[in-house]
Amino acid sequence: MLVFILKRLMLLPVLMFVFSIVSFILIQAPPGDFVTSYVAELAASGSSMDQVQIEALRNLYGLDQPAYVQYFKWVSRMLQGDLGLSLDFQKPISELIGQRLLLTVILGLATLIFTFMVALPIGIISATRQYSFFDYFFTVFNYVGVATPTFMTALILMWFAFSNFGITITGLFSPEFADASWSFARVVDLAKHIWLPMVILGLDGTARLARILRANLLDELNKPYMEMARAKGMSEWRLVLKYPLRLAINPLVSSLGWYLPLIFSGSLIVATVLNLPTIGPLLLRSLISQDMFLAGTIVLTYFGLAVIGTLLSDILLAWLDPRIRMEEASGR
Amino acid sequence: MDEGTARAVDGVSFDVSRGQVVGIVGESGCGKSVTIKSILGIIQKPGEVVGGEILYRRRDDGAQEPINLRNLDDRGEEMRDIRGNEIALVPQEPMAALSPVHTVGNQLVEAVRLHRDVSKEEAAKICIERMVEVGIPNPEERMGVYSWELSGGLRQRVMIAMALLCSPRLLIADEPTTAIDVTTQAQVLNLLRRLQKEQNLAMIFITHDLGVIAQIADYVVVMYLGRVMEQGPVDDIFHNPQHPYTRALLASIPTIHSGTRQELPTIGGSIPHPFNRPKGCPFYPRCPDFIPKQCDQFTPVPSPVSDTQSVACFLHCDAVEETK
Repeated sequence: MLVFILKRLMLLPVLMFVFSIVSFILIQAPPGDFVTSYVAELAASGSSMDQVQIEALRNLYGLDQPAYVQYFKWVSRMLQGDLGLSLDFQKPISELIGQRLLLTVILGLATLIFTFMVALPIGIISATRQYSFFDYFFTVFNYVGVATPTFMTALILMWFAFSNFGITITGLFSPEFADASWSFARVVDLAKHIWLPMVILGLDGTARLARILRANLLDELNKPYMEMARAKGMSEWRLVLKYPLRLAINPLVSSLGWYLPLIFSGSLIVATVLNLPTIGPLLLRSLISQDMFLAGTIVLTYFGLAVIGTLLSDILLAWLDPRIRMEEASGR
Repeated sequence: MDEGTARAVDGVSFDVSRGQVVGIVGESGCGKSVTIKSILGIIQKPGEVVGGEILYRRRDDGAQEPINLRNLDDRGEEMRDIRGNEIALVPQEPMAALSPVHTVGNQLVEAVRLHRDVSKEEAAKICIERMVEVGIPNPEERMGVYSWELSGGLRQRVMIAMALLCSPRLLIADEPTTAIDVTTQAQVLNLLRRLQKEQNLAMIFITHDLGVIAQIADYVVVMYLGRVMEQGPVDDIFHNPQHPYTRALLASIPTIHSGTRQELPTIGGSIPHPFNRPKGCPFYPRCPDFIPKQCDQFTPVPSPVSDTQSVACFLHCDAVEETK
């Protein structure tokens, strides 16, 4: 088990290196650069820059150099712990991202916990009481959940809350706490606000996971070990929770690997709609203004979160299922 | 999907008493397993037991009237208290009957603690004792392994140990030797016979193998398509079979005297699907002694041909089952 985790950890730098190249190519892909969009922005607001100024700006940011030079400069600075300066905000990127990253992770984990806490009981009830009222009810509920885009749900809820209760449900904090430093009161305030984005973001995943769990459980419920456990005299509930659930949950755990990154990055549109102080809206803004280093760092962060998510799900899976542990130990 | 309902088992009746082994024999799909699942009360929905009674005497001294297990709730506490405790099952495929993600010890200890109020350590002690009894080497070590780390024979021994954990009164073995290889089969069979004798168990032994029946059973029930064709003491069934089906089954056993590369005698035709059960005697389409206008019109009922043997066949009696 330990060897398995170490092996995975050793792979991490290699993956991050590959991802850094991919991120760089991605952010270089759109035509033009930060200066082009800056000039366009200036032009839109009525002022202009002459060619000399433009070239000077390019030179200042190193944008006139070939791509590979820019890449190595970027990476070597990052390796020294310097994420660089956001061209757009004229602030260190670490300062811009730090707080938002923390909130992104908190929101992501909260969503994940919510998803599992709701999906597990729904899946179990739907499978053990197949074709009952509950089953049909949750089937409809789940299809609606999967089919409705999350930003749509967010918009509807925002409109509903505003038109009926006159409250705006955007952001993760009340205005007085938005820029305050961390304190107990701020954490309480966060808890008061986080549930709504959590529910909105989790709805889609909850519906999916509940469907997957239902299908897996239905497969397991007719297995001979169920009959054996019944023949032992076990009660139905204890039996379902002990045997089939343990086996049916495997695919759910492995789905963590892609679900976790999805929550982190997929929240971009919802976060923008709900004006959440997570890294999603920042990425959108940096992409529009072609703030390449900021965008690159955020994309790379998403990659990092995805890798960590996959690693966590693999570890969890190996911990849950002795057969997988065995496979890992014998070496692949 | 909805093809209608089928009577998987109909009109099956037999007794098992202490120290006796009843063998139920028949081809695949003849209702052997359904019969014992009915006894255990573990028929899967949407299946159900629609009639009849399962009388069970919980004590030997006759101080208590036999109870009808069908009157108990299958999932209720009383039935669960009997299941695994007084009536235990040795399943067909030990590999599938054990959870692959729980250790053998975990599942054994659980079986004890469902019926005995003991600590985990005490339960483990009982399990290890039983494992020694069924001939599992290094039982302490084996408690910590998973089912897929054991050989087929050991796995079945684990299942037998599990069945015996609470010293049951009735042991039901559902084709316990089907999923294991021939040499191991003989060992498992000997083990079951030895344990049954030692503990004077009542046992129901299900198999499609007449050879196995001859080795282990005292009394034989021959089933075909959910009905009992013939039943009687093992000697009568093997030496004096009365039903054409029993005779055909016996004729298809390969013997050591037959030449090599010789085709085995088989029963012509195949078992009809339970949804297309023939009218009359279920065996008549394949029967060599078919009586036209009799066997295909009426269903024979089991009738005694001697003190101990009974046969459901118009060759031996004329009793006709009331049409339902």
